[in-house]
Amino acid sequence: MTALININVQTQDFDVAKEYAALRQNNTQDGAIVFFSGLVRDMNQGQDVKGLFLEHYPAMTEKSLAEIVDQACTRWPLSRVRLIHRVGQLHISDQIVFVAVSSHHREAAFEACHFIMDYLKNRAPFWKKETTPQGDTWVAALDKDTYALQKWDEHDQ
Amino acid sequence: MINVLFFAQLRETLNSQGVELNIDTPCTVSAIKNALVQHNPNWQTHLNLATVLCAVNQTIVDNQSMIQDGDEVAFFPPVTGG
Repeated sequence: MTALININVQTQDFDVAKEYAALRQNNTQDGAIVFFSGLVRDMNQGQDVKGLFLEHYPAMTEKSLAEIVDQACTRWPLSRVRLIHRVGQLHISDQIVFVAVSSHHREAAFEACHFIMDYLKNRAPFWKKETTPQGDTWVAALDKDTYALQKWDEHDQ
Repeated sequence: MINVLFFAQLRETLNSQGVELNIDTPCTVSAIKNALVQHNPNWQTHLNLATVLCAVNQTIVDNQSMIQDGDEVAFFPPVTGG
């Protein structure tokens, strides 16, 4: 099955309802859509956060996201994948990322959506710099994000 | 000629967006790091951190990977998107 894949890296916001409607449009074969949206929290790693700036490596970003989505399509029978990641200046409660997958059955949709987010967190070249009352600070990578990948390796065995 | 790029906290710590490096190729990523430290000895600690990632032509690789003339080599800290 060749999945319909649509990936964007952009500064502008996105409309979840429109994205969800697009996944349903002319889609009579799928019984499940799972999506995840990531937001800017007002507290991170014990600090008040006023906003954040998302830097990326433009030449690599879409390529790495496409590789992650391709891996997911190899592991699960997906019909459609929609991935949006924002860059630039963001504020509290802004949307950062959207991952949606459509499949015949929910198991594949749940797992593929989770897999894409776990890999994106570890492999896609984005970096967050938060604005806090103590000044701007780079967000530290978390071990739990690295460990999150291990379960997908174990999954294979 | 190798085009070297730095991103995020590493770019700020090194105070450099990147450099063009003249080095005999093919060579390893480790050899590139050594050449960068020769270029600026202050970079040694930061480039040799175990957490620093390297991408060659926009794909993450390890220190033993081979670099060819004209490659784009990027160094950056662990990613924190999503």
